[in-house]
Amino acid sequence: MATALTDRVLMKGNEAIAEAAIRAGVQAYFGYPITPQSEISEYMAAHLPEHGGAFLQAESEVAAINMVYGAAGAGARVMTSTSSPGISLMQEGLSYIVGSELPCVIINVMRGGPGLGNIAPSQADYFQATKSAGHGDGRNLVLAPSTIQEAADLTLLAFDLADRYRNPAMVLTDGITGQMMEPVAFREGPSLPREVPAWATTGAGDGPVRLINSIYLEPEALEAHNQRLQEKYRRMQVEVRSEAYLMDDAVVAVAAYGLTARIARTAVDRARAKGIRAGLLRPITVYPFPTQACADAAGQVAGILTVEMSAGQMVEDVRLAVEGRTPVRFYGRLGGVVPTPPEVLAQIERLLSEVKAR
Amino acid sequence: MKQVFTRPASLAETPMHYCPGCTHGVAHRLVAEVLDELGLRGRTIGVASVGCSVFAYNYFNLDFQQAAHGRAPAVATGIKRVLPDRVVFTYQGDGDLAAIGTAEIVHAANRGENITVIFINNAVYGMTGGQMAPTTLPGMRTTTTPYGRDVRVTGYPIHVAEMLATLKGVAYISRVALCGVAHITKAKRAIRKAFQAQLDGKGFSLVEILSTCPVTWGLQPIDAVRWLEANMLPVFPLGEFVTDGQKERA
Repeated sequence: MATALTDRVLMKGNEAIAEAAIRAGVQAYFGYPITPQSEISEYMAAHLPEHGGAFLQAESEVAAINMVYGAAGAGARVMTSTSSPGISLMQEGLSYIVGSELPCVIINVMRGGPGLGNIAPSQADYFQATKSAGHGDGRNLVLAPSTIQEAADLTLLAFDLADRYRNPAMVLTDGITGQMMEPVAFREGPSLPREVPAWATTGAGDGPVRLINSIYLEPEALEAHNQRLQEKYRRMQVEVRSEAYLMDDAVVAVAAYGLTARIARTAVDRARAKGIRAGLLRPITVYPFPTQACADAAGQVAGILTVEMSAGQMVEDVRLAVEGRTPVRFYGRLGGVVPTPPEVLAQIERLLSEVKAR
Repeated sequence: MKQVFTRPASLAETPMHYCPGCTHGVAHRLVAEVLDELGLRGRTIGVASVGCSVFAYNYFNLDFQQAAHGRAPAVATGIKRVLPDRVVFTYQGDGDLAAIGTAEIVHAANRGENITVIFINNAVYGMTGGQMAPTTLPGMRTTTTPYGRDVRVTGYPIHVAEMLATLKGVAYISRVALCGVAHITKAKRAIRKAFQAQLDGKGFSLVEILSTCPVTWGLQPIDAVRWLEANMLPVFPLGEFVTDGQKERA
């Protein structure tokens, strides 16, 4: 893989994601306008055609994800982007995509909910992203960037993982990461060399006909199909990625991903400045979830504080990983409110005093 | 010995599951014959929908994608946008296209999406057991209109061909019926024109095919054909609604 870096440029998160996708060789983009991700569509409309790709504004997110289905089934590298309410509308299509094992990339720039909610940043769609791809037992690969640089890098990775596993890969980010600007350097050139897959429906020619499909009427046949998918999800576990920041000697850990991890990092630095040996455990993939990294931390620290912009979703995965070996506390802000470093620092101190009091 | 009748190469050698007297088999065959005659089998991708024709991919000897309920025009759009030199068609029933899939069909037509739609209108939901469709006739009994369709409660049969014919992106639209040899011959001609419009890059093409569903209509196959003639033709006039449409390409 070529890793030479071009000059760094100052870009919005949404634009960096779009540019990274173009550099990854995306051949088609289908989307429907929704704040706070519309810059992705706008960037694609302006730039994808000049790279030979197809841009189309769909009549709805429902149509957009089904256009993704068709194009992916025809062998193209394809993506869509939306924000929380749009992801809800895409659940049907996502289920068909996992059932038919089609590679594609979905960008979710999360906003506050439920319902129409607001356009402020949120992490309240963690369950929806990580627990199921629509109805049925399917799974998305889910990558959670914490910086604009990482948003670009993980978008590139998402295309490769989608192809490798014939599975949708979602970049799960939020309204601030989508809207804010940071310097970003793009990796040059395509990632994996890509040919039109043999299973793609491109017109059968003189060869055998191909079928993109998720219907298996016989329960035994559908069970066998599902078992094969489950085996694939087990294989996907090797793609787990996480970052440990100041964890070597930590006595208390903060678990946070995406934007919240940036805030938690500042809180950890401030805790260290006060003599508290705090560390940060940051999942980069949230499905597969870094269960082992959490379990390892559990054996080391006196407690784990999970911080999210939700009512407590990833914390359930942390607790499952920790299996009761260390106290797990939760701090969350809801509805588009972003937690501050002093709030997180106070929660770290509170957790430590609770643990000492026991 | 000269062979005068055989299975089209675009049809697979698979027994169809359709009920006796159902006209899906006839419609399948007409599409397959047209694809054969135009030499398109190897570069055509079909999109199956949800309904009795969900297994159409088993019967066509073509590359196929199976779409979610109503979404076939969006799936076909995705295929056509990345493979513009291939031939792409959807095969949809009236529940799929005219109820749950109205947004997708209207916008595919309005974009002048260069695809062909085979639209089967038998005035009823077949696969789920004979419920009211958007195309169900006034007064017609179905399992969800047991006393007959009351237009004051559930509205009127939707006229897909006429409705879509108002859109500029449409290149060809006609309504045909599978009742008798003369009509079937006309139906094949319409299907051929629709695919030819796509080959010529003119835009969206659709053939609405009035069809029978003897089982849910509660009729013998022959009676079902007569019922179609007597009851559906007055409500759904046959003919070509757009023949010379050409999307204005900038």
